[in-house]
Amino acid sequence: MSDVAATSLAPVAAERGAAPIMPLSVRDLHLRFGDSVVLDGLDLELGPAGCTVVMGPNGAGKSLLLKLMHGLIQPTSGRISWDGHPPAAVTARQALVFQKPVLLRRTVAANLDFVLKTRGRDRARLGKLLDHVGLAHKAGQPARRLSGGEAQRLALARALATEPEVLFLDEPTASLDPASVLTIERIVAQARDRGVRVVLVSHDIGQARRMADDVAFLYRGRVTEHAPAAEFFPEPRCPAARDYLNGNVVV
Amino acid sequence: MQGMGEALSLALQMVWSGDADLLEIVLLSLRVSLSATLVALLIGLPLGALVAISRFRGRNLVLIVMNALMGLPPVVVGLVVYLHFSRSGPLGFLGLLYTPTAMIVAQTILIAPIVAALSRQVLEDLHAEYAEQFRSLGLSKVQSVQALLWDARYSLLTVGLAGFGRAVAEVGAVIIVGGNIDHLTRVMTTAIALETSKGDLSFALALGIILLVIALGVNAAVQSVRMSAARMSYV
Repeated sequence: MSDVAATSLAPVAAERGAAPIMPLSVRDLHLRFGDSVVLDGLDLELGPAGCTVVMGPNGAGKSLLLKLMHGLIQPTSGRISWDGHPPAAVTARQALVFQKPVLLRRTVAANLDFVLKTRGRDRARLGKLLDHVGLAHKAGQPARRLSGGEAQRLALARALATEPEVLFLDEPTASLDPASVLTIERIVAQARDRGVRVVLVSHDIGQARRMADDVAFLYRGRVTEHAPAAEFFPEPRCPAARDYLNGNVVV
Repeated sequence: MQGMGEALSLALQMVWSGDADLLEIVLLSLRVSLSATLVALLIGLPLGALVAISRFRGRNLVLIVMNALMGLPPVVVGLVVYLHFSRSGPLGFLGLLYTPTAMIVAQTILIAPIVAALSRQVLEDLHAEYAEQFRSLGLSKVQSVQALLWDARYSLLTVGLAGFGRAVAEVGAVIIVGGNIDHLTRVMTTAIALETSKGDLSFALALGIILLVIALGVNAAVQSVRMSAARMSYV
């Protein structure tokens, strides 16, 4: 987990020579399933760098917003543009860490090697990546025997193995042990510092305070507030966000 | 007509001493059924995988047909293959009737649908679990299928076993297209049928014992592989 390893882990777009896919512009996004309205005219602009934390009550559509931005699902209407590209065109330049990691029925090392191999990345980085997330000693073990925290760290290593320009995390530390939470937060922060654009969905207000450069608050299918963390936490303008931060039930 | 006890002791003696005729029949049985299983896997697995990860019009119809074909009656398969390979049939020029090759073809037709239908189910369940993650990783369809096949390897082993079990135990198809010719196309099941009707119960019993041991042994081996795989959460 040395800093030397960290700096050489994930070259970002600029170093690879490709045009970056930031900024992101989301315009008038609607998502409906039958009669139920999930997103109702959502707008969001994300700048080129930093960590955006997406917050909001349960059922606000945070996870679905990530999947829409990542190109895994299609909106009912509206437009998502990654510097002119539709999400499906840039899926492979992004990575998503799901709340519940889906790991292959192979060893820890084979899970990572699979991604390095299929994505044409340098397979010699495998050891470095494992070391980076503190799983080097588990390399030969079956991935699906890992604890929740270890499994999520492996999922994070796998996401970083793809050398993403954008890293989505969907409540990655929900119900994990404190040590794993801090490890994951540190690795994500390092990735952000290397220029990976991070978008993190979290219910954990403490985590949001530690990680966020800016906060987007989702309420009733829209972003009701998007502000720098330094402004949002002391004085949220949106009443729902104020209630949410005070621990009141927001529906 | 021998007594049951006498037949059994003769049978055990034959198995124990490794009777040459017996061995020849057993080896041909294994050759034919293992070959058929291998070919059926080569045909059935990609087919099962393709249907598992695809959504198209008429998919339900395909599923119904696939599942229905699992129950093909061996004698009917034998008859159809016979008609094709007989001298006046469309493939008669190949001269394959009453050869082990014809038997392999018949058994392959019999078990390829079993492999396809069972592997489709296995792979579809696994695909439901992996699909979103694979799309997020930007994998191609070919890469996804390869990964699915590898990760389902232990379940697919059982699928292959089901096919082999069906092939090695069936008599209807191989007796029609193979003809039960001594030293050429006589396999365990056809020999058992013949010797029983001739009244040579000890030879039939000896083969029956071997057939049982093979069936139980292969099942036990696969079961133990699956159990150790389960210990590693690979199933």
